[in-house]
Amino acid sequence: MKFLKFLLLGIVFGIVMAKSEAISWFRIQEMFRFQAFHMYGIIGTAVTLGVIGVALIKKYKIRDFHGNPILFFPKDKSIARYLIGGTIFGLGWALSGACPGPMVVNIGYGFLSMIVVFFFAIVGTYLYGVFMKKLPH
Amino acid sequence: MKELITQTWSWWFSGAMIASIMFFLLYFGQSFGFSSNLRTICAAAGLGKKTKFFDFNWKAQLWNIVFLIGSIIGGYIASNYLSSGGPVEISASTIEDLGKMGIAAPTSLQPNELFSWEAVFSVKGFLILAFGGLMVGFGSRYAGGCTSGHAISGLSNLQLPSLIAVIGFFIGGLLMTYVIMPFIL
Repeated sequence: MKFLKFLLLGIVFGIVMAKSEAISWFRIQEMFRFQAFHMYGIIGTAVTLGVIGVALIKKYKIRDFHGNPILFFPKDKSIARYLIGGTIFGLGWALSGACPGPMVVNIGYGFLSMIVVFFFAIVGTYLYGVFMKKLPH
Repeated sequence: MKELITQTWSWWFSGAMIASIMFFLLYFGQSFGFSSNLRTICAAAGLGKKTKFFDFNWKAQLWNIVFLIGSIIGGYIASNYLSSGGPVEISASTIEDLGKMGIAAPTSLQPNELFSWEAVFSVKGFLILAFGGLMVGFGSRYAGGCTSGHAISGLSNLQLPSLIAVIGFFIGGLLMTYVIMPFIL
């Protein structure tokens, strides 16, 4: 039962990603070519509401449903890992037209070839785990 | 009314829904970050025995795997019950640019040239999907997050690392779109 709410949120997420067409390779290409506002509108709206909501959570010290304070942990300070890691991610995002969430939504949608992309994303994460000590962070 | 659901959902409604999902996850004591699941799957597969990065209490992340399963179901529902099955209506200039690389105008959400079985079972097509996935998986963990963790959650918290990561997403995305893709497609 405690997992049901996460299942429902996931279902809503999957429907929204599919119906907004954010799972489409074409939409990602259109975004990286700056030829439509659609994807920027989606991300921009989410971030704008996110900034307002997070600020309100901090200001009014809103608690979660367990009664614990909602905390935000700052990420480690670094430039290299975010810039290099982000660039590698972007190369893959533009090529496959999907980040991790949309990959699995695509599989549910019926684009089963995304299983190949998702499998190799797991392999990519594994390779990071193996080589992480040798990489600049 | 039916058309309101089967047509492409507007950017403002979709964006607001994504923000809502993030807030619900915060309210339920978790945070919105999809690529963590890739690490969890590695850990659940037992890779933590040899690689320390995957040796952690992955069972605490099961909620996110359930979220992942939900999103597969969501994709299925959208495709089978909420869609008119039309092509994605991208801008004419994108269709023209993609045409120059041999990608035909959309007939569905994804290009057949990349995602049909014919493409998957060709050497080039398989390598494109494999390397695309590989870079997303490697890059998201290296950067400590993907679109949901950095671009949505991180920017909402005004975290500088997330801004740097998102700048990286675009450096990579633009490099692929304008410099690399014309050569490989």
